[in-house]
Amino acid sequence: MNSSTATLALEVENLSVGFARTIVIDHLSFQVPRGSALAIIGPNGAGKSVLAKALIGSLPYDGSVKWEENAKIGYVPQKLDIERDLPITGRDFLRAKAAVSRASESDIAKVLVQVGLKAESVGKPIGALSGGQFQRLLVAAALIGQPTILLLDEPTAGVDEPGQESLDQTIDQLRQQNGLTVLFISHDLSVVYRYASNVLCLSRTHPCFGAPRAILTPQLLQEIYGAPIAFHLHDDARP
Amino acid sequence: MALPSHSTFTMTLDPNAIALAVGAGAAAGLVGCFAVMRRMTLAADAISHIALPGIGLAILFHIHPILGGVAALLVGTLLVWGIENTTRLATETVIGVVFSTALAIGSLITSGEELIEALFGGVGHLTSLETTVGLAFSLGVIVFVVWQRHRLVLALVSPEVAHTSGINVRRLNLHFLLVFALTIAIGLRYLGVLLVGSLVIIPAATAKRLARSLRSMLVISVVVSVFSTTLGTCLALTLHRPPGSMVVLVAAGSFVLSLLRGS
Repeated sequence: MNSSTATLALEVENLSVGFARTIVIDHLSFQVPRGSALAIIGPNGAGKSVLAKALIGSLPYDGSVKWEENAKIGYVPQKLDIERDLPITGRDFLRAKAAVSRASESDIAKVLVQVGLKAESVGKPIGALSGGQFQRLLVAAALIGQPTILLLDEPTAGVDEPGQESLDQTIDQLRQQNGLTVLFISHDLSVVYRYASNVLCLSRTHPCFGAPRAILTPQLLQEIYGAPIAFHLHDDARP
Repeated sequence: MALPSHSTFTMTLDPNAIALAVGAGAAAGLVGCFAVMRRMTLAADAISHIALPGIGLAILFHIHPILGGVAALLVGTLLVWGIENTTRLATETVIGVVFSTALAIGSLITSGEELIEALFGGVGHLTSLETTVGLAFSLGVIVFVVWQRHRLVLALVSPEVAHTSGINVRRLNLHFLLVFALTIAIGLRYLGVLLVGSLVIIPAATAKRLARSLRSMLVISVVVSVFSTTLGTCLALTLHRPPGSMVVLVAAGSFVLSLLRGS
């Protein structure tokens, strides 16, 4: 699974991750050019979130994961189980991220505008935020500290349709303007087709890597997901 | 050296006792906030039990009992952290096994009267050294929580976000457990093995019900905790009752009052 671009943000070779006797990811290799967007797709249980956690080093793995020099990763985890009555506000969370990343209060204001989150929303306890507001908060936190890489595990899950579109566009604009490298896990194939430079599909039987146009074909998708996928490619889908 | 006997409750108000009540209260209030938010409510009680075999051994070898308790707490904490990291068992499971075992060993090697005093504590006469060490420990705990609060918040919401922000989450967890054990050790002298966990948990649980932000939770928890330790100590000394019971009753009263505010 090789990409032909010279400067790489990430190079993964023979990555294997397992729990007890179950191998979740088996000898996976791929490369991500700097400034590109890699979509990670695959059916439930294929190991997408496990891959993300291995890439950031929070899960043990075999093989090699090489990030570009001085890589700063902004990570958005998949849905978090937050107690509803936890007295930590969105602003507490962002201030914590800013303090650890040595960012300023004005950086917080900037990322709130970027993700379209109102100041009064971040004053609420995080457990009281709607699913969509909480996802925006996580993306905002990931953007604090001037990351060079964004690793997003279903960043728009639970966000309403117009919100999803604006958040996806914001992330893509940031990538283009700031030269960010984006790795995102998504189940929304139209988003994958629209924004990804490359697609990595995790599947026990048909792991694959390539340009969206080559991967997102009805035949290959059926092999990956094990069922027919109602997805049609449109030439005008890419901006 | 034996723990102070209940007869010492007849003494008048001691400035050392009040100073330590304020210091221990503030430390317990701050650590308790993160313990409650990290769902370590039951762990607080269980962790305090590890002090018992240390106290028993210290009495056996004629060392200050609190020193034995502190040493046992630190060893127990390292043991829990080690088992948790090597076996990937849940913290509550590891703490449940390790500290219940410690309580069993402690009750075997501690004699009857000493056991009661170790379990329920007593203020007795505090020496200047005891007060100074207690206040220094309290200050250390307060500085740690205030200094590390942002890291603790990130690790609480998402260990992965904390990790990618450059935080060594494993090490932070170890430091928090050690500070937690130290807080238990500070309160041990007053409240005893059985009641000390409640000083860490009840004020923070009260604050969690009332607060709407991290800052307000920390402030409310410290206020309730210091109020409980100082008023409890004063009541214990004037009413000639064990301080542990009075402190915990004042704290529990605050919690009951917090229930009056709708959820």
